[in-house]
Amino acid sequence: METLELPKSFDEFVDARKAGFLKVKEYVENGGHLVGMFCSYTPLELFDAAGVSVVGLCGTSNEPIADAEKVLPKNLCPLIKSSYGFAYTEKCPYTYFCDFIVGETTCDGKKKMFELLNDIKETYVLHLPQSQKRDYAKEIWYQEVKLLKEYMEEKYGIEITDEKLREAAHKRNEMRKTQMELYALQGAVPPAMKATEVMSTLAQGMFNFGVDAQHASYKAKLDAAKEALANGAKPVDEKAKRILLTGCPSTGVIQKVGMTIENNGGVIVCLDDCGGERTQKMLVDENADDILRAISDRYLEIHCSVMTTNEGRVANTKEMCQKYKVDGVIEMVLQACHTFNVEATLMQNMCDDEGIPYMKLETDYSTTDSGQIETRLAAFIEML
Amino acid sequence: MYQVGIDIGSSAAKTAVIKDNEVIKTILLDTGFSSRKVADTIYAALEAEGITRENASYVATGYGRISVPYADNVVTEITCHGKGSHFLFGENGTVIDIGGQDTKGISLKNGRIMKFVMNDKCSAGTGKFLEVMTNRLGVTPEELSALAQNGNEITISSMCTVFAESEVISLIGKETPREDIAFGVIESVVNKVVSLLAQVPNDKYFLTGGLCEDNYIIERLSKALNAPVTTTPLARYAGAIGAALAC
Ligand code: SF4
Ligand code: SF4
Repeated sequence: METLELPKSFDEFVDARKAGFLKVKEYVENGGHLVGMFCSYTPLELFDAAGVSVVGLCGTSNEPIADAEKVLPKNLCPLIKSSYGFAYTEKCPYTYFCDFIVGETTCDGKKKMFELLNDIKETYVLHLPQSQKRDYAKEIWYQEVKLLKEYMEEKYGIEITDEKLREAAHKRNEMRKTQMELYALQGAVPPAMKATEVMSTLAQGMFNFGVDAQHASYKAKLDAAKEALANGAKPVDEKAKRILLTGCPSTGVIQKVGMTIENNGGVIVCLDDCGGERTQKMLVDENADDILRAISDRYLEIHCSVMTTNEGRVANTKEMCQKYKVDGVIEMVLQACHTFNVEATLMQNMCDDEGIPYMKLETDYSTTDSGQIETRLAAFIEML
Repeated sequence: MYQVGIDIGSSAAKTAVIKDNEVIKTILLDTGFSSRKVADTIYAALEAEGITRENASYVATGYGRISVPYADNVVTEITCHGKGSHFLFGENGTVIDIGGQDTKGISLKNGRIMKFVMNDKCSAGTGKFLEVMTNRLGVTPEELSALAQNGNEITISSMCTVFAESEVISLIGKETPREDIAFGVIESVVNKVVSLLAQVPNDKYFLTGGLCEDNYIIERLSKALNAPVTTTPLARYAGAIGAALAC
């Protein structure tokens, strides 16, 4: 068994972080493999099929940002700074112990950050097309996914067979269905739970080793929620205003935005960031002749603001507003995220046309604007 | 029954008492260091006039709204400014509230808030900006407006209060007339407010908050917006009045 070194400042870490490091260290020392990823476009089935655990490394905390700013410009999205900061400060066990990191050419900030991240930890970047529109876009993405597959086969000295890919696709599909069931519970009036609970479950689920464990954690939440419902639990006030939360990935603002909405007379009934229904409802065609292509096709269908044009996202949100009987749309834009910030105009236009109140919030992971954010959110909910 | 609205802002604490749909009393105090303390002072002042928990209900708003222990309810200042302005002006239009640390634009239609905007974290275009500049120039807000009236056009280009302050310092160093600097300072606030209001355009505007008795600022705002800006002395209490109405 190989022994791995802990970060230099390990002794200064608080106990929970120490425990996290020791857990991941043990996993890797016992032959477990770990890859870090950042984005919904990452074709996860490849890692499952290779027998490698894949964990989300999206930075969601303000903690390492000041250190990240020693290298990165201040005027950059907090998610990018935080992600880089965790690698730079060696404070995230998953980033620290993973074999390599996989990224995509999504927004400019992330794409360029990966170049610097690569100096700390090997970073493999998939070249994501900027649009799904051209005939050859799918082919580009297929070739990229295939290259990654070959890269891993060589790195780990294994063969990623179609059979393994098919099995992985099946498992991921089943997990997506569980997620969809979990989301659907919010369709009830009043919704089955506070969405901040769902957000936390999803965020924690990302840190399980392997899809089975991750799926089990979601299933446990789903079963618990269903049981509570069957027992007549009504954790949400009937009069709470039904909010759809869209925009940038929201895990880093569960407290600042999510909880604030739910503590001020609102409840999030639809999570419309890229971890939500828009992305999870798409399944891989498990029975396709060419399973690798079926996987790459499924991922390229994701509607994210990094694509041009990206009508699918707004069209989907419109559908969600009806499905979840939404009273108001709140768009959360992380500071300096140009793609979502610009696309917000289209989102607002759609809401105006549909007569749904809309508000955009620009924020970061710090607490400096918490008071103001609370006033805005509370006032918006009072207005509904 | 008395309806008491208490609006604790970052610099001033405003109170309005309504009875039978009429504002019968207002109180204006400095917020000072403790919202809690000023809330107690307000309670005592009202109690001295026979307005107590027995015969009144209280709604708190503003940035210190959570520090009013005897409030029956808390409502955000945006909703309150909307309600209060509808009470005072009774027309459709956009409310401009230039507060100590926030500036807000609230578009009203038939007494309902249709949309609102608020300045970002930064203090450009707020009372704070004016406060920093009046301190730097050693004048009161009224004197600043009086000076500006006789000033020539100069531009203070920094949006950030800290940078704008150094810009003012260097203007003072260059012996630029104080009138001109005052002009530049007020224009800077007006421009920032107007650009915020672009998201809630209207053909009529109402000014609330601490600047509602400053005719010069009203005139400059109206010119920049190319639309009438009206106000009343009670508009300083719009938030408190709205809170009282929410009782
Ligand atoms: S928002 Fe877009 S770029 Fe960011 S993680 Fe989601 S899919 Fe990827
Ligand atoms: S939130 Fe925006 S800027 Fe930040 S990583 Fe995602 S797409 Fe890039």
